Amino acid sequence: MKIVVSPFGSDVVGSRTFRWTDLALLAIPLLGVYLAFPSYLSLASYVVVMALFALSLDVALGIAGTVTLGHAVFFGVGAYAAGLLTIAGWQEPISGVLLAALCSALLAAITGPFVLRLTGLPQVMVTLIIAVLFFEAGNKMGWLTGGDDGLQGIVLAPIFGIFEWTIYGTTGYVYVAAWLIIVFLAVQRMAASPFGIALRGIRENRLRMQLIGSPVMRHLMVSYMASAFIAGIAGALLAQTTEFVGLEVLSVETSIDVVVMLVLGGVGHMFGALLGAPLYLLVKDLSKQWNPHAWMIIIGFLLVFVTLFARGGILGALYSIAGRFQSRKDTEAP
Amino acid sequence: MEQFLGSLAFIVLYGGTYGVVLFVLSIGLVMTMGLMRVPNIAHGAFAAIGGYMIVNVMARWGLDYFSAIVFATLCVALLGAVAERTVYIHLYRLPELDQILVTLGMCFVVVGTLALVFGPNIVSIPLPSSLSQQIGLFGRSFPVYRLFILAVGAIIIAVFWLVFDRTSFGAQLRASVDNRSMAQATGIPVDRVVMLAFSIGTGLAALGGGIGATLFPLEPLYPIKYLPLIFIIVALTGFGNIKSSIAVAIVVGITDTAGRYLFPELGGFVIYVLVIVVVALRPAGLFASRRGT
Repeated sequence: MKIVVSPFGSDVVGSRTFRWTDLALLAIPLLGVYLAFPSYLSLASYVVVMALFALSLDVALGIAGTVTLGHAVFFGVGAYAAGLLTIAGWQEPISGVLLAALCSALLAAITGPFVLRLTGLPQVMVTLIIAVLFFEAGNKMGWLTGGDDGLQGIVLAPIFGIFEWTIYGTTGYVYVAAWLIIVFLAVQRMAASPFGIALRGIRENRLRMQLIGSPVMRHLMVSYMASAFIAGIAGALLAQTTEFVGLEVLSVETSIDVVVMLVLGGVGHMFGALLGAPLYLLVKDLSKQWNPHAWMIIIGFLLVFVTLFARGGILGALYSIAGRFQSRKDTEAP
Repeated sequence: MEQFLGSLAFIVLYGGTYGVVLFVLSIGLVMTMGLMRVPNIAHGAFAAIGGYMIVNVMARWGLDYFSAIVFATLCVALLGAVAERTVYIHLYRLPELDQILVTLGMCFVVVGTLALVFGPNIVSIPLPSSLSQQIGLFGRSFPVYRLFILAVGAIIIAVFWLVFDRTSFGAQLRASVDNRSMAQATGIPVDRVVMLAFSIGTGLAALGGGIGATLFPLEPLYPIKYLPLIFIIVALTGFGNIKSSIAVAIVVGITDTAGRYLFPELGGFVIYVLVIVVVALRPAGLFASRRGT
C-alpha cells in the first residue's frame, strides 16, 4: 500500500482549520453534476453514496491501516437499519440515518476486538469471514430482511418537514451531497487531529506506538467505530434514496468493490475515495455496456496496473505530476 | 440404532469427502502462505481453470474422465510454475495489501475471461458410469463418487505424508517454511522449492476443482465464491502448517456437514463462528504447537 502524500508539505497531516478550497473542491463538482445531468440525479446519488462508503473505508484502511475485506457489513447493516426504522414507523430521515449509523458503530464495537488485535492476513480473513457470516445471516433471516426479495415499502417523511422527496431524485441528490460534504469535512478534521496523527503512527509502526505509551487498541477501536458509523450513514442513505434494500449490500462483492474504488482513487488521502468511486462506477458501467463480462477483466487489469505501477491511484498520479511541476518551478527560480 | 449408524455414516462420508476436497483445494495456499507469505487470492482461479479444462478436454478431445483430470492437473501445475516465475516472484517484496490487490486483480481477470469464453452459467463435468452408481451402506445408499473422492484424498494424503516426512524435498520444504533465510544459508535452493511447492499446490487445486465439481459447482465466479472456504482452512491451519491442514480440512468438512444435517436452519453458521473464535484465541492455528510464535 502506498499512502498518498501530497508534495505540498502541509498536506502530509492536513489542516485542522476549515479551508474554503476544500469546500469548493467538493461543492463545485457536486453542483456541476446537478446542473449538467438533471435527468441522471438518481444515478448521481448512488455515486455520491458509494463515495461516502469509500471514504469510510479510507478512515479504517488509509488512516488507521486496518485491512478489511468485510466493510460491506457496516454498509449493509446501516441500510437495513434505516429501512427497518421507516417500516417500523420512524420516518424522519436525518435521525433515521444517525440511528442506523449508530447500529453500525455498535456492531463495530462488537466485532472490533476480534478484528483489531490481528494484523495482516489473519485480519483480512477474519473480516472476510465476518462478512460472509452476515451475508448468510441476512439471507436466512428472511422475515427481517426480506431475503432475496429485498426490503420494500420504505416511506420517508419530508426532510425537515419541508422538502418533499421527488421522483426525479432532486431532493435525494441534494440531501446525499450535503451529507457527503459534512462527513468529509469532519473526517478531514479528525485525520489532522492528534488522534488522527496517532492513528497514522499505528499504521506505520504499531509496536513503536505501543512503546511510547499510545493507547493503540483504544485508538483503533475508536477509528474502527467511526469508520463503521460513516459506512452506516452511506448504507442508510442508499436505503432512503432508493427506497429499497437488496441483499447485495451485505455481499462480499460490495466489500471488494469498495476496496477497489479506494485503491483506484488513492488510499490514505480523503479525496482519493471521492475520485475512486465515480471512476470505478464509470468503468464498470461503460465496460458492461460494451460487454457484460468484460468489466471484470478490465477492472482486474486496472487493479494490477494501479497497484504495481501507478501506486497511489489517480490522486497519487495527480500529486506526482503536480510535484514535478512544483520542483521544476523551484529549480527555475533563482 | 440402525438409523443412528446411518446418520453417522452419512455425516462421516459426506463431511469427509467435503473435507478432502477442501484439503486438496487449499493445501496449495497453505504452502504458499507458509513459504512466501503471499495471500494468493487467485488460488481458487487455478482450481476453476483446472475444472474448465477438464470439461473442455472431455467434450472436445473425447478424453475419459480420469485421464482428463490427470491432464488438467499436470497442465495447471505447469501453469502455476510459470505464473510463479513470471508474476508471483515480483510480489514477494510488496506489502500485504498490495499482494492482495494484485492477486485479486488477477482473479478478476480469470473470472471475466471464463465468463466471456464459456458463458456465465454453471457447467458440469459428466461422471463416468462407474462413478454415478449408488452403493448401500448402513441401510442408506451412497454414491460411489463419494467413495472415489475419499480414495483419491487418501492417496494424496499418503503421498504427501511420504514426501513430507521421508524425502529430502520434504525436508527442504519444511526447513524453508520454518526459517527461510536459515534454509537458504544451509544451501537449500529455496527458490526452486518455492516454485515446486507453488506448482504442486496449483496442480492440486485443479485436481480439487475437478473431482469436487459436484460439491462446488463450476462457474466463472468460482474463485471468488469459494475463497472464504479456502481462507477458513488456511486461517485454521496457521501459516505453513502443512500436516495439520489435513486434520483441519476434515474437521471443517465434518463440522459443517454435521451442523447443516443436525440443525438445518442454523447449521451453516457453526463453521464461521468456530473460525472467528479460533482465530481470535489462537492466531497461530488450531493445531499449532504452543511453543514459539
